[in-house]
Order: sequence, then structure tokens, then C-alpha cells
Amino acid sequence: MTSPGEIYGIILALLFAVAAGLVGSFALMKRMLLASDVISHVALPGIGLAFLFGFNPILGGATTLFLGTLLIWQLQKKTGLATDAMVGVVFAGSLAIGAALTPQEDLVQALFGRFQALSLVTFLLGVAAVLLVILVIFRFRDQLLLSLFSPELAAATSVRLDRLNLYFLLVFSLTVLVGLRFMGALLAGALIIIPATTGRRLASNVSHFLVSSCLASVAAVGLGLLITAFLPLRFSPGPIVVAISALFFALSLLKEAA
Amino acid sequence: MANPVPVLSVRKLSVSFGQRTVLEDLTFDVARGENLAIIGPNGAGKTVLLRALLNQLPYEGAIEWAPETKLGYVPQAIAADLQLPLQVGDLLAAKARLLKLPDKAVREAATIVDLGAELLATRIGVLSGGQFQKALITFALLGDPNVLLVDEPTASLDELAQEHIYELLEKLRLERNLTVLLVSHDLSVVYQFATKVLCLSKGRPCFGSPRDILTPDNLAAVYSAVPKFYQHVHHHDVKE
Repeated sequence: MTSPGEIYGIILALLFAVAAGLVGSFALMKRMLLASDVISHVALPGIGLAFLFGFNPILGGATTLFLGTLLIWQLQKKTGLATDAMVGVVFAGSLAIGAALTPQEDLVQALFGRFQALSLVTFLLGVAAVLLVILVIFRFRDQLLLSLFSPELAAATSVRLDRLNLYFLLVFSLTVLVGLRFMGALLAGALIIIPATTGRRLASNVSHFLVSSCLASVAAVGLGLLITAFLPLRFSPGPIVVAISALFFALSLLKEAA
Repeated sequence: MANPVPVLSVRKLSVSFGQRTVLEDLTFDVARGENLAIIGPNGAGKTVLLRALLNQLPYEGAIEWAPETKLGYVPQAIAADLQLPLQVGDLLAAKARLLKLPDKAVREAATIVDLGAELLATRIGVLSGGQFQKALITFALLGDPNVLLVDEPTASLDELAQEHIYELLEKLRLERNLTVLLVSHDLSVVYQFATKVLCLSKGRPCFGSPRDILTPDNLAAVYSAVPKFYQHVHHHDVKE
């Protein structure tokens, strides 16, 4: 039997998949997919501290996540370094600090996530976060597209690039945060990366791209949860979800040959 | 041609990046309907001037546009990301939505530039240089600007495509009474289409009619070497 808490967990995981598909599509076009790995890793030190001092790991993760996001935004602005350069620095640093802080017995859960029944409050907060992500992406969709094509043209069309980048990074982090409990710090970013890459292979215009990414993402999470439910071991769904989305990507490679 | 209210009035404009001064003490006016060519060697600050006029750079001095001026900007051929799943129509529709233009605005702008439905459904990465330029001009025309700022529209085009783009800009200027500010390398084009010329150079900037500015002496001063072009100076008529 499935408890209401577990149903909340399933629904939120699927909603997270939609947000991840959308955010991932734009991250792919912005060529900052790897930033999703960095951003999810930035959560790890916070989760570690939370386990260490016994408070809610998501709260700890959220704190370092948003501090890290602001840091990345500032670094980008001030140093003019490409996002991928930031990846190298922050990625390894936060993974190392996080792994050192997290008690050994909690490390696997912190890194790979765990399927948990959710309280109604947690569920509603998660749903609100996902809706906010979707809303912001659609609200700023045109500005994002223009800035992708040409930042200077976007600026000439009165798009405020600086603010737009911050909004996008925040929405990005919020998506990672929603996926954190379920996918873990190591894999939350993967669901932003892989379905978008699959969607890109299947689509030729922006709308198709967004829809295909979301479908690939939702299907991976749905199938992953289903398979986990039938596995005899108490397995975390995160790795299975990621493996399935990688499989989808492999299948999308067949399209060229067809 | 005396025009009481200039569309653009620039006074003592200076732009610096750190220690490096790119533009210094630049003063000029542009009247409505004029085609101002901005010329000068590489690094003289042509693109910087356009970006200052677009208010995208910090500057000193005054840049005043006439009230109700609407700017359209055609950037230098951008290195478009070939991977973007973005069609010309996507891009135009995005701008139209941002400016809250009616749905038909994209079709109207496309018609003016003679950009067919086929091109609207073409991915940006596979456009030819000329098609790309046309798409950029269509993009700039959305929102019905009365001033077009055009940066080196022909940098990557063959001669036929170049001529086509210049003729298109000239047609737009005449038919829609647009004011055009055009950065160009091509002095024969400048001579053919410009009504005023602004030359930027390390030495002294100069401003005036093509007949006055495009003299061998002046060009020698602006560019370190005299371009071959000057021999043709006397064969053309200047429209003013």
C-alpha cells in the first residue's frame, strides 16, 4: 500500500522532473549545463553540517546552495570568467568540504538521495517551488531566448541581462533544491543535464525542445520510481533515474540514423 | 539641408576603458532622414560609439536623442551559436512579445524586408550571411523604429549580397523616412549612400558631407595608408 506521504513524494518527484526539463533546456542553450553539477554540489557542505548538528538537511543544503549561487553570480560578473571555469573551482571545493563534513553513515544518502514519504507541508512547499520555477521560466522565456542569441541585441531590446542571469541562476538552484532530497547532491544536477540533451537531439525549434526535454525527464523519473518500487533491495531511486535518462539519451542517438 | 531639430545631438562625448580613451571630445548632430556613415580604421571606436549611442556603455558628455526617437539596432554579424534550436521566426516572435506588439507585427516587418515564410522557419545556424543580415534587419524593424543603427552590415558578405543590403537600407531610409547611422568599411558605399560622414581616428575626428570628408588628404589622415578608393572620388555624385 502507498501512504499519502509516499504519493506526495511521487508527485513532487514528477513535478521536479518538469522543472528540471525546462531549466535544463535553457541551461543547455546557455552552455552552462555543467553549472548544474556545481550548484548541486554546493548544497553538500550545508547538508553535511545539517547531519552533523542534527537539523533538517534540506535547510542546510538550501542555505549553502543560495549562498553559492550568489557567489557564482558575483564571480561571473566581477571576474568575467566563463561559467565552466567556475565549475572547476567550486565543484571540487564544495564536494570535498561537503564530503569531509558529512558523517560517514549519512554520506550515501547525502550524495545519492533517498525516496521518502513527505509531510503535507514539505509537499506543498515543494509544489510551490516547482510552480515558481515554471512560472519564472515562462515569464522570462523571450528575454532568455534573446540573450542567448545575442546579449547586445537583448540589451538593446531593454533586457536587463544582469538581473536575468540572477533570476535564472536562482530558479536553477531552486530546481536543484527540490530534487536534492530525492536525487542527492551528486545526482540532482544530472536530471537537469541529461533530459535536456536528449530533448535537444529530438527537436528543431524551441517549443519542441522544451516539451521533449520535459517528457524525457518525467519519463525517466516515473520509470525510475516504478523500477525502484519493484526492486527487492531498498534502493535509492536517484541512480536508477539517472541511468534511465542516460539510456533515453543513447536511444535519441538512433534518430540520426533513421 | 537645414533642419532645426536634430534627431541626435552629441556633445563632447568621451568613452574610456580604464586608462584607454577610445572616444574623445566628439561633437556632431544628425538631422532626420539623414544617412550618417561612421568610418575609421579598426580600433577607432566605431562600434563603441554605437554602443554609447545605445546607452550600453558608460560615457562622459551628452548624447541627446529627439523626443519620440525609437532606435533599431543591427549589430555586426554575430557569431550565432549553430547549435541553438532557434528559428528566425522564434527570435522575431520573442521580440514582438517582449515589446507587446500585435501578432501581425512579425509578418509586417518580414514583408518590408522581403523575408519569406520559408526563412522564418529556418534555423538561425543554417542561414547564409545575407539571409542572416536580413533577419537582423527585420529584427531591428520590429517596434517601428525611426532611427536605425547599423554596425558593419556587410563584414562577411560577398559583393552582391553587400549591395543588396545597402540598397535595402537605403530603400528603408527613403520610404519610411528613417534616419540611418551606419558603420562601414566600404568607402565607395559610403560615397554612394551617405549624406554625412563622421570619421573616427586617433588624430582628429572629422564630420561633414561626403564630398568634404572623403578627400585623399583627409582619408590619408584617418587611415594610416591612403586607400585605393580615392581615385574614384570624382566620378560619383553626392546625394544630400
